[in-house]
Amino acid sequence: MADGVASARPGGLFSRGVTAAAGALSPRSRNVQGLAFSLPLILLFLAFVVYPLYFEVTQALDRYTYEVLFNDPIYVQTIVNTLVYVGVAVNVKLFLALLLSGLLESEGRATRFLSAIFLLPWAIPVLPGILSVRWMMSSQWGILNLISEDLGLGTHHWLASRWTAIGALILFHIWKYLPFWTVIILAARRGIPPQLYEAAAIDGAGVFQTFRYISFPLLAGIYLICSLLSMVFTLGDFTNVQLMTGGAPGDSTHVLATLAYRYTFRLGKIDWGVGVFATALPVTLLFIFILIKKIK
Amino acid sequence: MLALVAGWTLFPIYYMVSLAITPWSDLFRPVYFVTHPTLDNFKFVLFQESPFVKYFWRWLANSLLVSSAVMVAVLAVAAMGSYALGRIRFGLGRLVSGMTLFTYIIPASFLSIPFFKIMGDYDLLDTYWALIFAMTTFAAPYALWVLWDYAKTIPAEIDESAAIDGAGPLSIFFRIYLPLVTPTLIAVGTYAFFFAWNEYLYAVLLLQGESMITLPVGMGNFLTSDDAPWNLLMALSVIYSIPPVIFYYIFRRYLTHGLVSGAVQGT
Repeated sequence: MADGVASARPGGLFSRGVTAAAGALSPRSRNVQGLAFSLPLILLFLAFVVYPLYFEVTQALDRYTYEVLFNDPIYVQTIVNTLVYVGVAVNVKLFLALLLSGLLESEGRATRFLSAIFLLPWAIPVLPGILSVRWMMSSQWGILNLISEDLGLGTHHWLASRWTAIGALILFHIWKYLPFWTVIILAARRGIPPQLYEAAAIDGAGVFQTFRYISFPLLAGIYLICSLLSMVFTLGDFTNVQLMTGGAPGDSTHVLATLAYRYTFRLGKIDWGVGVFATALPVTLLFIFILIKKIK
Repeated sequence: MLALVAGWTLFPIYYMVSLAITPWSDLFRPVYFVTHPTLDNFKFVLFQESPFVKYFWRWLANSLLVSSAVMVAVLAVAAMGSYALGRIRFGLGRLVSGMTLFTYIIPASFLSIPFFKIMGDYDLLDTYWALIFAMTTFAAPYALWVLWDYAKTIPAEIDESAAIDGAGPLSIFFRIYLPLVTPTLIAVGTYAFFFAWNEYLYAVLLLQGESMITLPVGMGNFLTSDDAPWNLLMALSVIYSIPPVIFYYIFRRYLTHGLVSGAVQGT
């Protein structure tokens, strides 16, 4: 693409005009113009991203907060919950997305129909979905216990014990976000040149070998990016957990964001709330910088 | 296999719609198929005939107001930013694009408590400004990336020939760039609208008064009561879900574009 010097064709009638063209501006006036057009963005960034982070980091320097947090069994439990939730939900989801995208790649009426309805969980806002699942799991009136009873498995208090509640959160996460990531990986699959598959077929490669030697190596990069991105997003999840369990039973199912909310608004300890995020910040920032390096 | 995926996908939605058409008398008797389907719940919501939904139209209006304002603000910020990055292509552009990427990736909840504190300091709590600022900040990066992706495909000669005719950057932006990106602007604007429409965390933090809150916060408040009318809540859920579902189906081509698919092509 012509830009910079390349477009400043010399001579003739147009020479005066060309030097005024955007393509021929000096780097300095380009920077001035560019910054002027980016100004609203920069201001938002400084006011609502940098400043809150600065606030968080300065609060985080208070050592007393950590003594409180690390001595609170609920905090320790929350860290475990968050690691399980993020680790299991994201990895299972992306692995399923990898498989499903292969299934949806083939063109056909059934797969077209499926990819159409498959978008629904993604399109529906998170609240209705989570409320539906919450009532579904209600021990007295939910449909899940009706099914479970009819299958001869008896009834359960799904959301009343820690690990089934976390299991419910993980399943909901997969239900809600699997479609989005499947579409992303599907787009990556469509980017693989068909000649590679043809060549593999000629060489007599089976389904597994094609995946092992063609799809997988070509998808590995994007798969890694998706994993990291999804992990960072999920690390900050608030809405799903707050509305599904609200930390119940007995504050045993909190994740970082809901615990911070509890400290700040239920207990009135804003510095503890900020501290919860501050303790997760180093890992999160590390992930973010790896991602920025990879995506750019 | 396909049937299994379809069943898994549709079940919670089926259940939501089932509850929405379940009469009060049947709510506490779980069944696979609704025996006495009724549209009364929708009537109760639309005519605000229950204390739980007595502000329904007000909540809807609040949601529409905030979402529209966010849409306008995001369009302005992202159109300008994408013009700067995609057309002016300045040396410091890398810094600006890194900034937007950072904003896109960092979980918004990590910034929520300081944000709440700052809004309190400026006396902006329980105003729509606070929510609009937050949503604009977090929706702008993605909008910008989608626009930028498109801006890169417009030949540079178009700007150059306009500049030869004596057009300055502002008139190139308004007269050439904006008309060219209009279809993408529509997609991105709708994205921003529903980004705000769906938001729960910042809305629940920043808005308090019962007549100030948006639809999702109103729905979340049902849960604070033990005898919440779940069939009403599900009718409300259906109403609340329809606009974004229509949007996602119309614009799904655009929505899978942008950040991650940009990375697909890059690797």
